[in-house]
Amino acid sequence: MPDDRLDPATLADDLVNRVHALASLDALREAEASLVGRRSPFAELQRTLGALDEEERRTLGASLQEARRRVEGELEARRGLLAAEERRRALEADRLDLGDVVDAAVRLPVAVGHGGLIAATQRELEDVFVAMGFTVEEGPEVESDWYNFEALNMPPAHPARGLWDTFYVDLGDPETVVLRTHTSPTQIHLMERATATDGLPIHSVMPGRCYRRDTPDARHLVAFHQIEGLVVAEGITFADLAGTIESFTTAYFGPSITSRLRPGFFPFTEPSAEFEVTCTVCGGGGCRTCSMTGWVELGGCGMVDPAVLTAVGIDPERYHGFAFGFGIDRCAMMRYEIADLRALTENDVRFVEQFS
Amino acid sequence: MRISLAWLRDFVDLPESPEELRATLDDLGLVVEGIERVGEGLEDVVVARVERIAPIPGADRIRRVVVEAGAGPLEIVCGAWNFHEGDRVPLAPVGAVLPGGFAIARRTMRGVTSNGMLCSGRELGLSEDHAGLLVLNDQPGAEPGRHLIEVLGLTPDVVFDVSVEGNRPDAWCVEGVARDLAVRLSRPLRAPRLASPGGVTPTSALAGARVEAPELCGRLTVSVLRHVTIAPSPPWVAQRLRAAGMRPISNVVDASNLVMLELGQPTHPYDRDRVAGSTLGVRRARAGETLTTLDGVERRLATSGRGLGDTGVDGVIVDGEDRVLGLAGIMGGAASEITEATTEVLLEAACFDPMAIARSSKRHGLRTEASARFERGVDPTLALRAVARLVAVLEESSPGLEWLAEPLDVTGDLDEVPTLTLAATDVAGLLGTAVEAAEVRRLLTGLDFVVEGDDPFVVRPPARRRDVRAGLEGRADLIEEVARLHGYGRLARRVPSWPEVGGLSDRQRMRRRLRDAAVALGALEVWTPTLVAPSEHGLLALGPPVAVANPLSAEESVLRATCVTGVARAWLRNLERGRGDVALCEVGTVFTHPAVAVHPRRTRGGVGGRSEVALPEEGERLTLLLGRPGDDAVAATVLARALLGRLALRDVVVRALAEAPPGVHPTRAAALVDRVSGARLGVVGEVDPALVAHLAGGEAPRRAGLVELDLDALFDPARATPAPRAIRLPSRFPSAVIDLAFVTPDALNAQDLAHALGATDERVESVALFDVYRGGAVPSGARSLAFTLRLSSPERTLDEREVAQLREALIESGRALGASLR
Repeated sequence: MPDDRLDPATLADDLVNRVHALASLDALREAEASLVGRRSPFAELQRTLGALDEEERRTLGASLQEARRRVEGELEARRGLLAAEERRRALEADRLDLGDVVDAAVRLPVAVGHGGLIAATQRELEDVFVAMGFTVEEGPEVESDWYNFEALNMPPAHPARGLWDTFYVDLGDPETVVLRTHTSPTQIHLMERATATDGLPIHSVMPGRCYRRDTPDARHLVAFHQIEGLVVAEGITFADLAGTIESFTTAYFGPSITSRLRPGFFPFTEPSAEFEVTCTVCGGGGCRTCSMTGWVELGGCGMVDPAVLTAVGIDPERYHGFAFGFGIDRCAMMRYEIADLRALTENDVRFVEQFS
Repeated sequence: MRISLAWLRDFVDLPESPEELRATLDDLGLVVEGIERVGEGLEDVVVARVERIAPIPGADRIRRVVVEAGAGPLEIVCGAWNFHEGDRVPLAPVGAVLPGGFAIARRTMRGVTSNGMLCSGRELGLSEDHAGLLVLNDQPGAEPGRHLIEVLGLTPDVVFDVSVEGNRPDAWCVEGVARDLAVRLSRPLRAPRLASPGGVTPTSALAGARVEAPELCGRLTVSVLRHVTIAPSPPWVAQRLRAAGMRPISNVVDASNLVMLELGQPTHPYDRDRVAGSTLGVRRARAGETLTTLDGVERRLATSGRGLGDTGVDGVIVDGEDRVLGLAGIMGGAASEITEATTEVLLEAACFDPMAIARSSKRHGLRTEASARFERGVDPTLALRAVARLVAVLEESSPGLEWLAEPLDVTGDLDEVPTLTLAATDVAGLLGTAVEAAEVRRLLTGLDFVVEGDDPFVVRPPARRRDVRAGLEGRADLIEEVARLHGYGRLARRVPSWPEVGGLSDRQRMRRRLRDAAVALGALEVWTPTLVAPSEHGLLALGPPVAVANPLSAEESVLRATCVTGVARAWLRNLERGRGDVALCEVGTVFTHPAVAVHPRRTRGGVGGRSEVALPEEGERLTLLLGRPGDDAVAATVLARALLGRLALRDVVVRALAEAPPGVHPTRAAALVDRVSGARLGVVGEVDPALVAHLAGGEAPRRAGLVELDLDALFDPARATPAPRAIRLPSRFPSAVIDLAFVTPDALNAQDLAHALGATDERVESVALFDVYRGGAVPSGARSLAFTLRLSSPERTLDEREVAQLREALIESGRALGASLR
């Protein structure tokens, strides 16, 4: 190797020192080209390689590569350091003691806000039921298998579980923790609490967010909202259930809308029913929305299965209960004629602004 | 379940129109999800023989086909590829109108004239098959020119798509639906034609049956069928299978499927020559055994699955040499399948334990027509009746068939059929509608329940009603049957009332007040996803993620630990659309992994709720982002105080934070602290610009104010101290107003100073900070805080002397904290 040529390693040492001397991101950006870029000594050396024989070219080329990589590494480290420092400086310059905020210095915005459509629908539903004498109860969204299924008369591997596509949470043993697939586990919590505190009778509705592992489409979202009702008292009958559903239907949808029940199946109620309401689009005359039947399905209901009452320690000889549940999102969809539920989670201001 | 009206009419007279029947079925809980007419509009369709197939120059999807349909060669353009020269296929000639109203006209494509259309099964409404033409080569009498309806023996029919609920396995067949209709319509139910076993050779001479796992198999019957001719099924069998959505294969398989659809009993035919020892047994699979099922998948047996409480038990069918032939009740193996050469059939008709089938089916991800029926519960007394029906059907296409005498019949463990008591008053007590005792008897008897005694009755359900339980549960099951057949529409309605009043809880009222306040202050409420990407969770130091084990996509696989990211993202999206001039707010749940939760939740879990599981902590937050130009931490602070003003709290202080929480601007954050309890109720500041920059994929476009309130803390009176209830009457005398400016060390919180000033004397009506000044004569490390104080007494107008005294006392209060009058 001719003496007048620089050794790449020595060259790198020199360049690394220059990198360390860089005091700001601006300086770094400016120097970059001359350190490792097209104007760097590396680039110059690279151009001389062509004149060498193959053996020399390979040796020098390799050490050149290595030296350049070292400088590049140092440069990046320096860049990170300087950036962090500048960020810190900027944040320091930004510092504000919010304890010193003078209320009068800021005029609160005068703007028209808009509540969420689902929250508003939930509130309307709660208000109807509160007026009918119900309290409102809430429960967690992550539940154990026991609350979501087994206490509701669905032991593990029960085929009826297939009605609910379930998300499992990665906690504990496999499939022991779930994202609740319905609001019904809140019923179990409520009845357990009532048993422990001598808290019967129960007349409650339970709204909340639930999850189903199902590809979302215009009518279904992975996360959705349900409201569930539970009455447990002495002397409660299916007639009370049917009457409650009818009262609610008329109160919420209007005097021209009525309800009907037909047999259904839920593991936690017996007898069980599906409930349908007059199609709000055609008023019962028959249209595409209701498949020409005049009715649209809203939810499920039934008399609480004695097995469920037993599981929570309530004497099924003495107490009867009824339960019902339906989708809050679906009510909103019907009332506000929303073509695609997915719009609800897009949070486009132009969509939200239309809510009252 | 697709169910043909003609088939139903074999069992019960049904003169009603399909629409009338739909209403009746709906009311019985056998909901009709669709009605389809089949075999109509096929009058013009004829059989055609393919004479020649030729390509069309320049077209690679269609071909020119010449067919013979009895009236000389016809040229057709066809886009199907599943047929060859010499095949016989259906032809809809020009002028024909196919089901669904599709009229066939003469068309010219790429210069070739098409004089009709060659049809697929789906185009004819005969099957779901759309992969190619319906090839008729195996159909007896499929001569060119003959009408398809004659060849296939088609009669117009109506198919109901009936949804059968999970607790009605007995209704998951034609006979079951017909039985419900017969009882509802008070008409007799006809039995299907059955064959009987015969001859002198007993089955035991040629075959064997063993149940080694009685807990898995309640009943195993094995029949031997001899002199079997494998052939196509008669047209009526093929048509019924097609109507039900199944493809006819050959007479034995078709008869097995037909019986399953008609009576609800799955059966499995084996080639007797291919079953060692001509013996079928049921046992538990052993660890290490494998089986290649008919679908070609090799399955490892007896390995425990992920399911809760799953111990990995698989029931298998074995031959006389103990080799595994199939997964019991789910799917057979290929080795013993019947073939065209089969002449002797070993027929299994059994009843397997529903839960065991459900477990195996789930574990192997294998759900078949048979497993779906077994897991819901098949009538354990049905097996030999089903075989009798199968033989009767098979005889038509396999004359001379012999069903050997005394078929083998081995029982395992069966649930006892419960004996129940039911009184008419029980029915009225649960339904609130009185149903007469005689009517209760009639309805239950119609469904083959044994009803003895007078009201109260002793009731025994038929074996097929495995959904009817013992005890009180069983009574509820009976009452549901009474209600269902009586008609839900005829049941009474009563609006219940009770002395307890309804209402919202304190927390729910507080949440509504906060929401309303946020909206009144101009916020738009959003709903951002609870399930987020792990990378999004990783943007902030939020602890280990709570992950979903089986997410639909990685993008939605972790439960959010903050709403800040979601709300910021929603704001940025609107900003991109030119609508970032808004305040967005969300009230939502956030999840903390139990390993790092402050209040981890432990609850009943595991099989039978017998163990305890740790669940994530669920917190409720109000997250409000101020995104209008000029909005910043100062605006957020003022807004937060306005929001909290709605909650009647005693005193909340804005205190500097040593370290901002994740998602909040590190040097523009403060805690909202309850002065009395010291608890943190929330955070104010700005969204961390680093987070915004990351979400925006570049630089943060502008500042965004942030308020985050912890609803759990706000609802807890031990943390959020309520204001005294009593409301003070304002003084009727004019207030004296004085201003005081204090040089205050930076370490002294302005609100602590204000609080001290207010607490100096009860005559201090209000204290308000109105100016903050640094520099000039104010030394560094301190700032001047100027307050306006209103002083008043309820008894009189304060005179100058009193005001001066108060002023001195106020200055002294400031001095006590290290603030000196400027």
